[in-house]
Amino acid sequence: MDISTTTDASPPTPPQHKPAERKRDARGATRPGDRIFLGLSRGSGILLLVIMAAIAGFLTYRAAIAIGKDHGNFLTTFEWNTNVQPPTFGIAVLAFGTIVSSVVAMALAVPVAVAIALFITHYAPRRMSGPVAYVIDLLAAVPSIVYGLWGALVLVPHMNGLFGWLNDFFGWTGLFSWEEGAPRSMLTVGILLAIMILPIITNVSREVFRQVPQMHEEAALALGATRWEVIRMSVLPFGRSGVISASMLGLGRALGETMAVATVLSPSFDIQASLLNPGGGTFAQNIASKFSEANEFGRDALIASGLILFVITLVVNGAARLIIARRAEYSGANA
Amino acid sequence: MSTAAVTDKRPSTLRAASLPKWTPWAIAAGSIALGLGISAAAGLDSKIQWALIAALLFILGTYGVAARVEGRRQAKDRVATSLVWVAFLLAVIPLVSLIWVTVARGVKVLDIHFLTHSMGIVADTEPGGGIYHAIIGSLEQVGLATLIGAPIGVLTAIYLVEYGRGKLAKAVTFFVDVMTGIPSIVAGLFILSLMLIFEMQPFGFAGSLALAILMMPVVVRSTEEMLKLVPNELREASLALGVPKWRTILKVVLPTSIGGITTGIMLAVARIAGETAPVLLLVFGNPFINNNPFEGAQASLPLYIYQQFANSAGSGAAYDRAWAASLTLIAFVMILNLVARGIARWKAPKTGR
Amino acid sequence: MAKRIDVSGLTAYYGSHKAIEDISMTVEPRSVTAFIGPSGCGKSTFLRTLNRMHEVTPGGRVEGKVLLDDEDLYGTGVDPVSVRREVGMVFQRPNPFPTMSIFDNVAAGLRLNGNYRKSELSDIVEKSLRGANLWNEVKDRLNKPGSGLSGGQQQRLCIARAIAVEPKVLLMDEPCSALDPISTLAIEDLIGELKERFTIVIVTHNMQQAARVSDRTAFFNLAAVGQPGRLIEIDDTERIFSNPSVQATEDYISGRFG
Repeated sequence: MDISTTTDASPPTPPQHKPAERKRDARGATRPGDRIFLGLSRGSGILLLVIMAAIAGFLTYRAAIAIGKDHGNFLTTFEWNTNVQPPTFGIAVLAFGTIVSSVVAMALAVPVAVAIALFITHYAPRRMSGPVAYVIDLLAAVPSIVYGLWGALVLVPHMNGLFGWLNDFFGWTGLFSWEEGAPRSMLTVGILLAIMILPIITNVSREVFRQVPQMHEEAALALGATRWEVIRMSVLPFGRSGVISASMLGLGRALGETMAVATVLSPSFDIQASLLNPGGGTFAQNIASKFSEANEFGRDALIASGLILFVITLVVNGAARLIIARRAEYSGANA
Repeated sequence: MSTAAVTDKRPSTLRAASLPKWTPWAIAAGSIALGLGISAAAGLDSKIQWALIAALLFILGTYGVAARVEGRRQAKDRVATSLVWVAFLLAVIPLVSLIWVTVARGVKVLDIHFLTHSMGIVADTEPGGGIYHAIIGSLEQVGLATLIGAPIGVLTAIYLVEYGRGKLAKAVTFFVDVMTGIPSIVAGLFILSLMLIFEMQPFGFAGSLALAILMMPVVVRSTEEMLKLVPNELREASLALGVPKWRTILKVVLPTSIGGITTGIMLAVARIAGETAPVLLLVFGNPFINNNPFEGAQASLPLYIYQQFANSAGSGAAYDRAWAASLTLIAFVMILNLVARGIARWKAPKTGR
Repeated sequence: MAKRIDVSGLTAYYGSHKAIEDISMTVEPRSVTAFIGPSGCGKSTFLRTLNRMHEVTPGGRVEGKVLLDDEDLYGTGVDPVSVRREVGMVFQRPNPFPTMSIFDNVAAGLRLNGNYRKSELSDIVEKSLRGANLWNEVKDRLNKPGSGLSGGQQQRLCIARAIAVEPKVLLMDEPCSALDPISTLAIEDLIGELKERFTIVIVTHNMQQAARVSDRTAFFNLAAVGQPGRLIEIDDTERIFSNPSVQATEDYISGRFG
């Protein structure tokens, strides 16, 4: 039977991702109207590329000025003294703090966000899921400075109990030892960042879960799967790339978040092994905190640190895209 | 037909031992009580702690009971259900608190006087003053940013969806994605580097430029999604009538998707309206009214909130103003969101879904 | 192991809308029963009540009895998950799990239910794929994604997946409507083979197909749009197509409406 060669029914790909093959041709534009319109829209696209190139170029240019005069090692120095002669500054502390706070935020936010997305799409009573989705949608729009204000004035005082408890039971690990000081540490920052990025990750994941074709879920149901098994067999595999890109979106926000960190952290230019002890800093927070007192050279130094942040976010984004592309290839369902 | 008669004949394959419906509630009540008991006995005083203990007990209890009565598969299913519920409840607490506190503290000083006066010579630690200057600054900066960012974003999306093929389109798609991930402070630093080169002082429009950069990729993405939803048949129908392509786009494609595009732009506006970092670097802040976005430092709402918080050395009056400004900002953003969603629903293509 | 289905007084709703009303019939084991009727007459809805898939649709609910060898699917304490293990289903559009390989697709139902050793698993997968007349076409690419197959192959993959868990009954909801004639023929041949082992119920729009594959045929109709669908008659396929006892059936079959 050589059905395989003769049958050509299209595989069941969901239509919303690739609306058919586009047979339109840019070169077909001959009328003046067409040419102007194509020129305008293509010009906008090119402008976007130019802006990206300019960002990279100008940041690098100013950063080179600063790094050239850096008396310390830009990558490893534990200091940020740009107003003295000779200037000495390095990003080690900032890189560490940025990564630690983002990792904490992701570790807390992603599982919870996925759970809430599942709650909305698969668990909540029908009357509840609509409003919940709507409210979380709106919360994604709350400006970060408001989260920052809330974090500093409401969350921080509430952390004392948790910190004491963590110190009592897990202090021996070193990671959760708490010596003294207000709980304005990397853990608090991570928790606040997690709360901030939760709505974004939830919303994107929810959309993806909602788009899981009914027929995939029914396939699992008809095999006698429980609700959780349906989710594991149909919903999560279909939504994986979406969840990853949602998480990367959240990670991007956590890495670059300025105000919420600046208001909550009590910064210092050293590395704390414990998540509970105040100190450390992040790229974005350091720029915001040091900016007003910086002279022109100091601003160049801050631009240099911003360049590193820029590169990190580029790498994270690129990695996310790669992961998604690879998943899409295999699944054939998620272009 | 009685069920007993059936089960008498042979073991049923359809029926499985199952827990009564009230089981989750009973386990929840039990674990909360136990959690409280343990916390009290151990002398723990944090609410977070007993909530965590209770949640843990709830999940373990559910698994234990269900695994014994219903089997492992059902137990896993139940644990997943309870985890999802617990996650939801845990996450709701801070989010509700955020809204509650902002509203409760924000209304204290939020009145007409507050909205129509600037800080002027009121010291940061003293009561009084208002946010008029910040509202002006925000509106001007965000408005200018939208004028720049929205058209470029929409046109780029049109290019990608309607014309985009080949390397250029691929590059644009890629860099739009990358651009979405740019931290706002980096966009601010970019404009700052230009200002350093041209030796310029802070002014409102510089902030607008940074905000426009942040806005563009968001608009491109949402517009792209909307344009892709326009069925190809519509385009082909128009092209088949001999309508030139650009008129097809203007007269058929854009009107069909205008609701979604507007929504996307408004959501992008709402997003940049809350940006603080670039404004801090480029616009600097100003307690006085400055109506000219092209010269001199300006204020903006998010920046005002930050400065009231950071420069006031714990003054209650300044915190009150910060909360009130937060409430104003949230209200502004929420109204934009609600209107945008309204438009989206109202203009949504009438497809059965 | 094939089982008899006895339906009595079955009514199904979508929210407040009554989709089918008061249906009673018997489906014999090891036979193929075809459901025919005009669009919207509720034959697919009825099919989905036979393995409790109807209630998955928001607002879906059911009254009446469906006995599977004397046991009521809608009795108290019956677990819909166990029902669906006993009563397998194949859908209108082929729906292999897109992220799983061909092997994993067939093994999916087995893996839910316990611990098979690897060799056992591959034996059952091979047996099921052979049972679905697909083995020869895919044996060299069991680890490739199932979504890479042609439509007809995907549908047979779905059949293999359904029969791998050894259900008692196999429900097919217009299994060929998304397929070309040659693939359709392959599926029809397959149905003929499968009825040796399973009770098969098939919904079809295609009367020739009903005549070709089924032993008994049930004709559904609805009085008017918006009215619930009803079972008009069920009889041996030969009789339905040669000498039906109800006028409406004859009108439908001879193409006078529908």
